[in-house]
Formats: sequence, C-alpha cells, structure tokens
Amino acid sequence: MNNSLVSITDYSKEEILSILDSAKDFEANPNRKSLDGKVVATLFFEPSTRTRLSFETAVIRLGGKIIGFSDAATSSASKGETLNDTIHMVSCYADAIVMRHPLEGAARYASEVSPVPVINAGDGANQHPSQTLLDLYSILKTQGTLENLNICMVGDLKYGRTVHSLIQAMSHFNPTFKFIAPDELKIPEEYRVFCRKNNISFTESCELNDNFNDADILYMTRVQKERFQDLMEYERVKNVYTLQNEMLEHTRPNLRILHPLPRVNEISMDVDKNEKAYYFQQAQNGLYVRQAILSKVLL
Amino acid sequence: MIVTRRRTPDTGDRRLETGDKKHMEKELKVAALRNGTVIDHIPADKLFQVVSILRLKYYDHPLTIGNNFDSKKMGVKGIIKISDRFLAEDETSKIALIAPNAKINIIKEYQVIEKRDLVLGDEINDVMHCVNPVCITNHQPVPTRFYVIQEGNKVHLKCRYCEREIAQDEIKLKKK
Repeated sequence: MNNSLVSITDYSKEEILSILDSAKDFEANPNRKSLDGKVVATLFFEPSTRTRLSFETAVIRLGGKIIGFSDAATSSASKGETLNDTIHMVSCYADAIVMRHPLEGAARYASEVSPVPVINAGDGANQHPSQTLLDLYSILKTQGTLENLNICMVGDLKYGRTVHSLIQAMSHFNPTFKFIAPDELKIPEEYRVFCRKNNISFTESCELNDNFNDADILYMTRVQKERFQDLMEYERVKNVYTLQNEMLEHTRPNLRILHPLPRVNEISMDVDKNEKAYYFQQAQNGLYVRQAILSKVLL
Repeated sequence: MIVTRRRTPDTGDRRLETGDKKHMEKELKVAALRNGTVIDHIPADKLFQVVSILRLKYYDHPLTIGNNFDSKKMGVKGIIKISDRFLAEDETSKIALIAPNAKINIIKEYQVIEKRDLVLGDEINDVMHCVNPVCITNHQPVPTRFYVIQEGNKVHLKCRYCEREIAQDEIKLKKK
C-alpha cells in the first residue's frame, strides 16, 4: 500500500489540519530544495489549467523535475493502452504520479496498481482532494477558523466534485450548509443522507437572490458542460445563476466568495474588485497546498 | 431436471406441468437428496439468477430446479437441490445479494445437518456491474469491488472505485 491521495475521505481530521499547517509554512517559504532528485509525472487525460500548472509549479519550486502529458491524445491511451499499463510504465520513471482522468474511480484503480504514490487531480465528477484541501486552506485563512461556519453553495451541486468533497471535508468542523441549485442540478440524495448522518444542518433553495446574506463563505460553481450526457439539459441550466456586485451589499463583512475556477458567467466581472471576491487568491493558495501534499506523499 | 408448478387459471387446480403419475414419482425420487445443498425460499423472479450465479448449467451431478411453488410467506417461491455440492462462502455472498431471505440447508445422508442463513460479506468482488456509466470498471478491464453497507434491514453497496452507492434493487449481476 503506497502513500496515495485519492479521496478527501482518505485523510482524517488531524491529517487535514496537518496539511493546512504545512501549507502555511510553504506560503511563508515556497522555494526549497526538498524534492531535489525526485521526478513527478503529471498525467492529464482531461484538460486542466490551474491544477496542472500549480502542481508543476509546486514540484519545480521544491527542486523536483516534471515529466508527463497534458492531453490524452498525445499519450498511448489514444492507441488503446489500458490505464493499468500506462501506470505501470510511468511508475518505472517517476517517484509519484499526479493524474486527472475523465473516468470515475480511475485514481483509486491507479493507486492500486501503482508502486509509487498517486495523487488524484480529479476523476470525472467523483473526487478532487487537492482542490478540497486548498478550499479548506482558503476558508481557514479568510475566516480564522474552520469551525461553525455558514457555507452557501451555488450552481452545479449535482456534478460538482469540489462541492461533494468539500461537504465531506467540512463534516469535521460542524458547518451549516445552504444549497442553492436549479432542480436539474440539486445536491444528490447521498449527500443529504451524509449530512443527516453527521448531524449537519442544511437547507435547500432554487433562488439565489439574497439567500446568502448570513453566509461566511459563498461557494460558486460552474455548470460543467463536460459532465452532461444530455446537452439539452445543459442548455436549460447553464445561465441560471449569475452573481452581481450589488447582490453583495447586505452580506456579512467577513463573507468571502470562493470558486474552483474556471468561471464562465456565474460571477459577473464587476464582482472581481469587491474585497469579498477571493477566487484568484484561492487559486494561488493551491500552490502552497499542493506543495504540502507532494511533501506528505513523497518525503 | 426442472419442475415447474403452477395454478391452472380456470379451475384453480394444482398439478405438475406434465401431470402424469410417472412424472410425480420421478419428482419424489429426485427430492430425496442424499448429500448436497438445498436452497429454499428463493423469490420466484430471482431463481434463474441463482442458477446463473452457481453456474448450474454446467453442473453434471443430479440437480432439481423448481419454481412457482406456493409459499405462505412469499406467495410463490423457488427451490434448488444440488447433489454432492456444498456452497463456498463467496457463492452464498452472491446469492445473498439478490435473494437475502433464501435459506440454505446442508444435507448429509438424507438428514439436514445444518440450516444456514445467507450473510453478505464486507466486500463483494467482481460479481456485479457498477451502475455508474462513467465508472472505470465499465470502460477498462478492472474487476468490480463493492463495500457492503448494512443499515437496519437495508443493504447498500458502495463502489470502491467511483464511490457510487447502489441500492439492492439496482443490482445487475455480471454474466459469467
């Protein structure tokens, strides 16, 4: 069994807090040589900007080297090579594998067949644990605590893997959730069951309006075209919620707006200058959190 | 040998499909199992799935498969009698997936020496499909693995890979 990170549920509360502590150290001093001599493979079978670049930057700033591909079309997967064979082959060259794959469960399977640690950088609509950890780091940084917060999640709560993972991770910290989504993209029943089992209060609504005035965190998400099997359904819901600057007038002073990015039109550009907009700093936090994750799995 | 019993719609009479005395004698002869396993109280609509799980199509010892017998508890039920075979734990786990209330009797020298309830193990391996169309197990040669989650009388299965939870009535067994 190697030291892989596949799902946020692989980490205990203590391990999560330890990663966040470590990320704080990396933020203070991101340039080190702790991965000197290490090779990390980044296998992106699905497009990515932030996740891939921040993982690669994290490795380079720690003195490691990168191999890999950013497009499955340029790998042997396009010739029909199985994931099993690709992982076995890559693990001959690299000390760790960072992988994004469109199929759900691909990362768990890779971690089973790989002799080196696998870090899941997103497997379909399932898990994206490094995003969850950077979301937690951003919440901790802006609120000073993770405990007892009101978190409002908006948009694609059905297919949004970051939403599902964040609910699981926040379950350690007694949150209250408000889920705002159109009927087609409501939070799946299994996450309602999860909240009930863990005594987490939640409410649901279809209306954005001023439904987040008592929130500490407003977590916006994009309606992801690539997750829809029915494109007609995508067309119906893609422009349902757009956050405008004036909608923030009566919100709490400590409110911060997070978004896993990329955004399309769910946050109006005029929100960017509002001090409550935190999504670009959130993306920057991803670097420090990923340095912490790489250090945990490799050192 | 397959015996199928049914109610005749117009008269309500019960009879063996072939109906003759000779056939009745044969049924009784087969019913007296010397050594082997009887699986009783199988829901009638699940009987042939159990046959498939146990790969009885290829079994070359005496075998009785009966269906649509009257049952006070179930309305109608199926029963399977297998000579000279005792089920392995993984086989009973598979049957428990689709017929959790079936009963297993172990027969030795014509006597029931053990009555066994079906118990699901903690994990079910490579017996059923994942219902998630974008699960890795539906696209690559990856054996399926499910965790069994028991909550009261309800059983859910959680895919080890895509983490999708599957209710018992969604189970789709693999064809072997």
